[in-house]
Amino acid sequence: MEIPYTISTRPDTGLWNAKIGIWLFLASEVMLFGGLFSAYIFLRIDAAPGTWPHGLLNVPVGTMNTAILILSSVTVVLAWASLKMRRYRAYWWYMLATISCGVIFLTVKLAYEWPQKFEHFGVYIKPDALGKYEKYLGNERRAEKGMEPRIEITGHLHSQNAKEYEVALDPVNADPDNPAMDRPHFFPLPVTDKIATIDKEDVERATMFLPTHSAYFASYFTITGLHGMHVLGGVLVFIYMWLPVSKKLYQRNPEHLANRVEVSGLFWHFVDLIWIFVFPLFYLL
Amino acid sequence: MDASTSIATDHDPHAHDAAHEHHELGFWRKYIFSTDHKVIGIQYGLCGLVFLFFGFCLMMMMRWQLAYPGQAMPVIGKWLPYIFGAGSMPDGKMTPDFYNSLGAMHGTIMIFAGVVPVAFAAFGNFVVPLQIGAPDMTFPKVNAASFWAFAVGGVIMLISFFVPGGAAKSGWTSYTPLAAFADTGQGINPFFNGQTLWLTGFIFLITSSLLGAVNFITTIIQLRAKGLTWMRLPFFVWAQFVTAFLLLLAFPPLEAAIIMQWMDRVAHTSFFLPAGLVVNGTPVSISGGGSPLLWQHLFWFLGHPEVYVLILPAFGIVGEILANNSRKPLWGYKSLVFSVLVIGFLSFIVWAHHMWMTGMGSAVSAFFQTTTLLISIPSVIILSAFFISLWGGSIRFTVPMLFTVAFLPMFGIGGLTGIPLAFNSADLYLHDTYYIIAHFHYIVAPGTIFGLFAGVYYWFPKATGRKMNDFWGKVHFWPTLICMNVIFLPMFLQGMAGMHRRWYDGGQGWGVSNEHTIWGLTGFQWNTPISWAAWIMGLAQIPFIINFFWSIKHGEKVNDNPWEATTLEWTAPSPPPHGNFIHTPVAYRGPYEYSLPGSQRDYTMQNEPVEPTERTRRKPPAELVPA
Repeated sequence: MEIPYTISTRPDTGLWNAKIGIWLFLASEVMLFGGLFSAYIFLRIDAAPGTWPHGLLNVPVGTMNTAILILSSVTVVLAWASLKMRRYRAYWWYMLATISCGVIFLTVKLAYEWPQKFEHFGVYIKPDALGKYEKYLGNERRAEKGMEPRIEITGHLHSQNAKEYEVALDPVNADPDNPAMDRPHFFPLPVTDKIATIDKEDVERATMFLPTHSAYFASYFTITGLHGMHVLGGVLVFIYMWLPVSKKLYQRNPEHLANRVEVSGLFWHFVDLIWIFVFPLFYLL
Repeated sequence: MDASTSIATDHDPHAHDAAHEHHELGFWRKYIFSTDHKVIGIQYGLCGLVFLFFGFCLMMMMRWQLAYPGQAMPVIGKWLPYIFGAGSMPDGKMTPDFYNSLGAMHGTIMIFAGVVPVAFAAFGNFVVPLQIGAPDMTFPKVNAASFWAFAVGGVIMLISFFVPGGAAKSGWTSYTPLAAFADTGQGINPFFNGQTLWLTGFIFLITSSLLGAVNFITTIIQLRAKGLTWMRLPFFVWAQFVTAFLLLLAFPPLEAAIIMQWMDRVAHTSFFLPAGLVVNGTPVSISGGGSPLLWQHLFWFLGHPEVYVLILPAFGIVGEILANNSRKPLWGYKSLVFSVLVIGFLSFIVWAHHMWMTGMGSAVSAFFQTTTLLISIPSVIILSAFFISLWGGSIRFTVPMLFTVAFLPMFGIGGLTGIPLAFNSADLYLHDTYYIIAHFHYIVAPGTIFGLFAGVYYWFPKATGRKMNDFWGKVHFWPTLICMNVIFLPMFLQGMAGMHRRWYDGGQGWGVSNEHTIWGLTGFQWNTPISWAAWIMGLAQIPFIINFFWSIKHGEKVNDNPWEATTLEWTAPSPPPHGNFIHTPVAYRGPYEYSLPGSQRDYTMQNEPVEPTERTRRKPPAELVPA
């Protein structure tokens, strides 16, 4: 038994089956990420003043990852075009480039960006103790200029005992009244060697930059994690199509392989597009 | 070179028969890990029916507690702690936690592991490809994956009864913050506890519906037989088509919500938890900044289309059986089709009518009140068209027709009692009372489930080549119909008297349920006849179960078209072989050509060519008239 229109198009719809299938699947993916992004909007609108952090992510690295994903979208189109022109060797190289881009993206994300967050430390100060740490927060000046207050001191956890935390401060807390610190920096500034001592009595909550840190990091890790799983899925599918097993399919029916690459390429473009939303929402805005 | 165009243009099964006989599939590939849409449909059907009965058993246990609160359950009561753990029923008396578990899991299992798999996946898988003249679904392996994802999800839901702390107990809606803190604490595993397993199981169930929905839509678009244009599709196919879109687009936002609640429970985020939360008298250490309302929005964004996922396939089944047994075309086919499409669209913009009590503001309420009233229009069109279809027909009261005819007024009661709930002013009073329970159960229990029973009796001969027994079918039907009404009609009264749906003691300790009598019984006393009716209805399912299994081997043998129906599935052999049709069918006419004037028989099948002499409403396309 043969299922019709797996490779050739149905005359009245002009489509083969998997192409409809993937577009429907992508529609549902839009709703999935749509749900998560609307949660982001909901949480951000509701956030109390000072609780939605800015400038904690590494923008140049994010920019690089964006460029890598866009590049991989180009190479996957070229891979598909090579197959359509029946140039398997070129296909093989373009596919390898696509896979490499995906792997680099994931490596940067999992081996560099996430771990950096895991070792960064933040201390939320109790509202009535904010004045005590004015030299790290600079809230008087911020209030004058009509800006949201700072309620958190961030940096690296230097040491802690039963009574207090010693935190090597981020530049923003080391020099809070400097107008240059009012806006996030494109190139992230390293942690200073200035150490602040914070009484545990004055601390509302203290945590590494984990999902528990704030609604911001909760949605950051959830959305980039889910996006990363999509990238991983795409890479695995591409590896399958790049291995010798697919060469056999190419020799039997090149159009079939081209269709497969087209469908998985559509998925890849979608994953890319999600990142185009993730990048500004978390890194820039 | 270009092999693509030569493949799949011609798919006469004969060409492949010879090749297939050489490698007959073994038992496991043929019946268990099958990719054949019929086998998958039957797998879905059997599993779904088992889950339906299991979910009903949970409810029968709850009905004991409601009618006789605090009393030890007779006979089975002393055995249940061995099954559900010592904390569930000490000395046969139900604990509040166990009662809540039963309620939450009754809703979850009935809807997501029972009705959706049977209504959408089982009937859709078995019937849709046959009705559109296709050899199988477009993606058979995806189809099998869909079933196995469902099986895993269902098993996870069942396992959750046996972990420490018991199954999920925060209601089938799992509202936060309650659900975020249920099943946590000492001795409770962060992953293997009731609520987290509920979430994990849901991810599998959602995956299953997603794969199924993609497959259904693609199949209906791509694999329709030659000549089977959109307006010649049987109404059932249209209903499944729209249902698939609802599942495709409404489930993912819930998946997003499930992932977030899972993170809240396992990674201790605060998506749905506001700052300053105090649990059991102690402030919890969370970042806060989340919104409980967000969960409700995302949940009901699925929740409302889901209601139509439950009812549209039943509409489809009812339409088929009505036309077949009234021996006349379905009245207003086009308005039925467009009504279903409009329902599909509107169902996405009514969700907040489940949230009148949250204080969303009058502007939002007014919007959702309007859309909710709008969606009743296509539903009324459908029901009216069904009633008119009966007018002047020569009705055959077969067993499927009995269930179908009963469906109409039952769904009518369910629908009309929903109108007061659409107005937020009336809903403020009725919200979360037994009135709500009665309203939606009239839609899904004597509504959808009657549709499902009708479908089982109707397509059973296609699946097995044998008919289910008529007499035992009627023995199944009448007590079920009567009990359904004895169960749910008094609940309207209880609800209007103010009885709350989540009372563990059935209202025994509350003034509103004891101070007034309704037709001689207080609200609390009404629990007793309701519960007895539920248990009798449980017994009334025994004839169905025996009839079902007995008829597979011993039922009356029938031909390929025992109901003298017109649609394409009845042109295939019973049971259809792998690949379905002996000759690839071609459709020459609409789906319901019953009692065609001048015809020899009172039914003309879709694959019968149009005779030049035939009186037709519309001229057939030239290429379909035989020379």
